[in-house]
Amino acid sequence: MPSTATHTVDAPHAADAPLIVMEDVNKWYGAYHALRDVNLSVRRGEKIVLCGPSGSGKSTLIRCINHLETIKSGRITVDGVRLDDSTRSVDAVRSEVGMVFQNFNLFPHMTVLQNCTLAPMRVRGVTVAAAEATAKRFLERVRIAEHAHKYPAQLSGGQQQRVAIARALCMEPKVMLFDEPTSALDPEMVKEVLDTMVSLARDGMTMVCVTHEMGFARQVADRVIFMADGQILEQADPESFFRHPTHPRARSFLGEILAHH
Amino acid sequence: MGTTFGLGELGFLIQGLKWTVLLAAIAFVGGGIGGLGVALARVSTSKPLRRITGGYIALFQGTPLLMQLFVIYYGLGLMGLMLPAWVAVAIAFTLHASAFLGEIWRGAIEALPKGQFEAARALGLHYVPRMRDVILPQALRIALPATIGFLVQLIKGTSLAAIVGFIELARAGQIVSNQTYAPLLVFTVVGALYFALCWPLSLYGSRIEGRIARATAR
Repeated sequence: MPSTATHTVDAPHAADAPLIVMEDVNKWYGAYHALRDVNLSVRRGEKIVLCGPSGSGKSTLIRCINHLETIKSGRITVDGVRLDDSTRSVDAVRSEVGMVFQNFNLFPHMTVLQNCTLAPMRVRGVTVAAAEATAKRFLERVRIAEHAHKYPAQLSGGQQQRVAIARALCMEPKVMLFDEPTSALDPEMVKEVLDTMVSLARDGMTMVCVTHEMGFARQVADRVIFMADGQILEQADPESFFRHPTHPRARSFLGEILAHH
Repeated sequence: MGTTFGLGELGFLIQGLKWTVLLAAIAFVGGGIGGLGVALARVSTSKPLRRITGGYIALFQGTPLLMQLFVIYYGLGLMGLMLPAWVAVAIAFTLHASAFLGEIWRGAIEALPKGQFEAARALGLHYVPRMRDVILPQALRIALPATIGFLVQLIKGTSLAAIVGFIELARAGQIVSNQTYAPLLVFTVVGALYFALCWPLSLYGSRIEGRIARATAR
């Protein structure tokens, strides 16, 4: 099963099979072609930064990985599980894929701790005590354990986003998807969230991040992927990408965002 | 001729009040369960389910409660289903309340940010825990003022059950008034009894609302 998709990717052997494989993925919103023949494979432990102008399909791409969006054609395989529209494959994939959203999306009627224990209890069936122990461990890790009994609205944006990261980690996912995790934050809170993400990366988490934080990309990314108009136009290690972007769209994009930094 | 308004008459009104409370309780419980089903059907992915419940809501919101009581009470009888009056009335009130509560709660569910559904999905939560633990607690909170408002209306609406022979509070008041020729006194008492029933409910609603608002306020 884990090797079903390896014939199209550059993995040398099955034990080293990529964690995520997207093959010829196409996605439409009505008449709008949101993803065009996207091919992407993510190795275990790899950190990928997706960038590109707004509307380029980067968020759509990562939302397809955990089936928040359905695709029109192509294949997506996560940890050997082929995503079809069956509940079984969707469940299997979602329980291994953590996601952090731009707007945090914490559950406002639950405390920080309850936010973190809900899914492990309901999805994995662990006991309250075990779920709370795991939650406290991850809340500690994002340095927010002292706020465990507060409600999300009592926390700052940066704190909320760190809770959202802890909540996703409590499912002990194999990969974490970040959808512009710092875009809704006040500037002074960006760093605390990025620091958390950097430490996560250092611990070997597989990460796919949609972000415009190019400093973060330089620091942790193994690969930077540039998208425009629903296509992957360029991918390279951060050094080459930032120094010598080859595609004209990538050059003008970098020119624009770096001018503001 | 007429009697004066005494303890016996007050007791008669209290008997009526008991029916009013019972009818309202049945409508609350029945409408709560039915309304939840209707709301979930209205936001489901199944188009037929959404259509059917949409039609049902339109029908019950678009016709007077009085007529609904008539049709169900006499209609079921004509269909050969001879039910005790209170059962027919309970069915009518349950159907009525389910339509209104279903629509109120549907609106509240749809008013929640899409991110709440997505976060629950992304965490792998299935339909039941997603709705029970994440969506409904938030939606019911949003819907609380409208829900309480409707329930208060419903309590007062139970007076229409008099049409099929029920001696609930309003009808009891009418009878006592006819016997005592003291309509002003009698209906003041009736009004006070309705108020004593409805006001604590409104008060309770705003207290809960305030408590939840404080708990989640920044």
